[in-house]
Amino acid sequence: MHKVIIPIGPQHPALKEPASFRVALSGENITGMTIRLGYNHRGIEKACEERTYIQDVYLVERICGICSHSHSSTFVQAAEEIAALDVPRRAKYIRTLVGELERIHSHLLWLGVAGHEIGFDTLLMYTWRDREIVMDILAMITGNRVNYGINCIGGVRRDITQEHAKDILRGVKTLEERTNYYIDIATKETTIIKRLSKVGMLSHDDALKLGAIGPTGRASGVDRDTRRDDPYAAYEELDFKVITDNHCDVYGRTVVRLGELLESYKIIRQVLKKIPEGPIAIKAPRKIPAGEAVSRYEAPRGENMHYVKSNGSEKPERVKVRAPTLANLQTVSKMLEDRQLADLPIVIAAIDPCFSCTDRLISVKEHSAKRSKILKWDELREYGIHWYQHRGVNFSEINDKLRKKL
Amino acid sequence: MLRQLFQLLIFPGFLFLVVFGFAAEYFDRKLYARLQNRIGPPWFQPLADFLKLMGKEEVIPEEANPRIFKLMPIFGVASAVTAFFYIPLWEQTALFYFKGDIIVVLYLLTIPTLTLFLGGWYSTSLYSKLGAVRSITQLFAYEVPLFISVLAPALLADTWSLEGMTVFYTAHPWYWLFNLLGFLIALVAMLGKLEKVPFDIAEAETEIVAGTLTEYSGRLLGLFKLALDIETIVGASLLAAVFLPFGLNLAPAAGFILYILKVLFIISIMSLSRTVFARLRIDQMMRLCWKYIAPLAFLQLLMNLLLKGILPR
Repeated sequence: MHKVIIPIGPQHPALKEPASFRVALSGENITGMTIRLGYNHRGIEKACEERTYIQDVYLVERICGICSHSHSSTFVQAAEEIAALDVPRRAKYIRTLVGELERIHSHLLWLGVAGHEIGFDTLLMYTWRDREIVMDILAMITGNRVNYGINCIGGVRRDITQEHAKDILRGVKTLEERTNYYIDIATKETTIIKRLSKVGMLSHDDALKLGAIGPTGRASGVDRDTRRDDPYAAYEELDFKVITDNHCDVYGRTVVRLGELLESYKIIRQVLKKIPEGPIAIKAPRKIPAGEAVSRYEAPRGENMHYVKSNGSEKPERVKVRAPTLANLQTVSKMLEDRQLADLPIVIAAIDPCFSCTDRLISVKEHSAKRSKILKWDELREYGIHWYQHRGVNFSEINDKLRKKL
Repeated sequence: MLRQLFQLLIFPGFLFLVVFGFAAEYFDRKLYARLQNRIGPPWFQPLADFLKLMGKEEVIPEEANPRIFKLMPIFGVASAVTAFFYIPLWEQTALFYFKGDIIVVLYLLTIPTLTLFLGGWYSTSLYSKLGAVRSITQLFAYEVPLFISVLAPALLADTWSLEGMTVFYTAHPWYWLFNLLGFLIALVAMLGKLEKVPFDIAEAETEIVAGTLTEYSGRLLGLFKLALDIETIVGASLLAAVFLPFGLNLAPAAGFILYILKVLFIISIMSLSRTVFARLRIDQMMRLCWKYIAPLAFLQLLMNLLLKGILPR
C-alpha cells in the first residue's frame, strides 16, 4: 500500500480516553507520528481557585479515575505543609495503606488492558476478576470503589478496625497467589513474549533525557521512586524494594509492574502490623496561612506533583498539577520509531496513559498570526468550520444531503 | 427434483448449515467465556444478534463502490455453502462429487477471504483497506500449508476426490493415524483462514477497529458474520472428513452424532487457542507459517509418499 496517514483517535477502540495519534504508515511500518492532546480539558486547576480547601480535596480527587487517592494525598500534603500541621502517625499509615491498595488495583487494571491490546483477552478477564478483590477491600475501608474520599486536611476520615485488617490480609493472600501466576504466564507464554519483547525500546539515556518516570522509567533502569527518595506518609518506616529492570521494552515495563504488585503486598502487611494506635486526624484551620508548597507522591503511573500557593484565605491562590502521564507522553514517539502499526496500541498502553489527567490547556494558533490570542466562542466555531472545510469536509453540505435523504 | 431441492436448501443444505453455524458459534462463545471465567451468552444469542442486524439500517460509505460492497457478503455465504455440498459428512459419499473435488472445495473455501478483501478494499475506509491488505497477506501465509496438508492424505489414498478418500480410509481403518501431523498443521492454517486468535490480525480491534468489516453495518454485516459462521462449519467438516475419517459406515443416526462431535471437537480446539494465545503480528505470522508450518506440511507429504510405497493397499 502507498503511504497513508491513519488516525488513531480521538475515538478508537485502543484508546480508553480521547487523544489523537496521527500515524504516517508505509505499508505496516510507522514512518512518523504527531500527538494531539487537549480533548479532555476540564479546567480543574482554575476551578480549585474558586473553591475552599475542603472542597478542593474532593475536586482534585476527581482528576484521575484510577489514581484518585494519589491526587488528593498530594494536595492534602501540600496544604498541610503550608499550615504546618502535624498529621497523626495512624493517619499516615492509613494513607499509605489506601495508596498501596490503589497501586494494586491500578497495576492489575493495566495488566488487563495490556493483554487486551495484544489480543489476549483471557488475561484481561482474569486480572479484572481479581481486581474485584482489591476493589471490594477499598469499598470496605473507605465506602467507595474509586474516589475513596478518605483524605482530609489534617488526617483521614475513617479508621480501620481489626476485622478490616483480617479481611485485607485474606484478600492480599489470594492476590499474591494470583500475581505469582500472572508473573509465570507473562514470563513464559511464547506469544506474549513475542509481542512484548523488544517492542517500544527506550534506552536508559533516552529515558533520562525525556524525563520518563514511574514504571516506564524504572523499566529502562532509571532507579527513581519518590517513596524511597523523598519519603512521605509512612514510607520512611517501611521496608520495600524499588523494582527496576534493564529490558528497556514493554516486557520490562510488565515485569516492573508485576514486581511492584508483590512489593505492595509486602508493604500492606507491614502497615497492618506496624500501624500505631492514636487519633486519625487533627483539626485543621479553615483558612490556610499564606505560603506555598510543592508536594510529591509516587502514583502508580509515576511521580505526581502538586504546587499549592495560599494567600491566607480559605481558597488557594494557585494550584498546579503535574500528572505523571505528562512526563511520560514524550517517550511514546521515541518508542514507536521504526515500529509497526501492530505495536502502537501496546506501546501507548505501556506508559499507562491517563490523558484527562494530563490535559491542561488548548492553544490554537493560527499559522499566520505572530502572537497567540484568545478566541471567543464564535471565533472558535468559525475556526473549526474553516479547519474542516480546508480538509474537504463541509458539514452544511452533509446536513443538506441527510435532510434530502430523510 | 424435489428431493434434491430439499437436500440443497434444507437438509443437509443451507438451513442445516445456518442452524449448525449458530449452534457452533454459541458453543464457541460459551466455551471461550467459561474458559475465561465468565458466564457467557445464552443459547439464542447468535440468532438474536443475526436477527437484530437484519433489522438494522445499512449504511454504505459514499465513496464505496455500492455494487461490490453489497455483493461481497452474498458471494461469501454462497461459496461457503457450495463447498459444503462436496464434503462427505456422516456417510462415505457427499451430496455431490466428481473426480478432483478436493481442489474445488479448497478453491471455494478461498473465496470468502477474497470477498473480505474486496469488500474491505472497496469500502475505501483506511481501516478497512489496511484490514483487506492484511487478510490477503495472511492468505499467502496459511494457504500453502493448508493445501499441502490436505493433499497429503489424498496422496496416500491415491485419489483427487474427497469421496475416494473416505472410501479408502474406511477400507483401511487405522491409516488416518499417519496423518496426525497434517491434522495439526491444517488446524493452525484453518485458524488463519477463519481469522481467529492468534491470527486475527486482519480484524485486530485495538489496531484497525474491525478491519475489513469496519464500514459494514445492518444486513450486510449480518450476512458477513453468517458467512464466517458457515465457513467455520465447512472448514471444520473438511478437516473432519480428511483427517478423522472413521465411523462413516455407522447407522445414520449414530454417524450423524459422531459427525457433530467431530466438528465440535475441532471448534473447541479453536476456542482453546483463542483463550491461551495473544495475537501475533503479521510479520511474525508470515515467519511462523513459512519457517515452521510449511516445511512440516512438506514433511507430511514426504512421509505419505514413502508410506504409499510401504503400506499394503
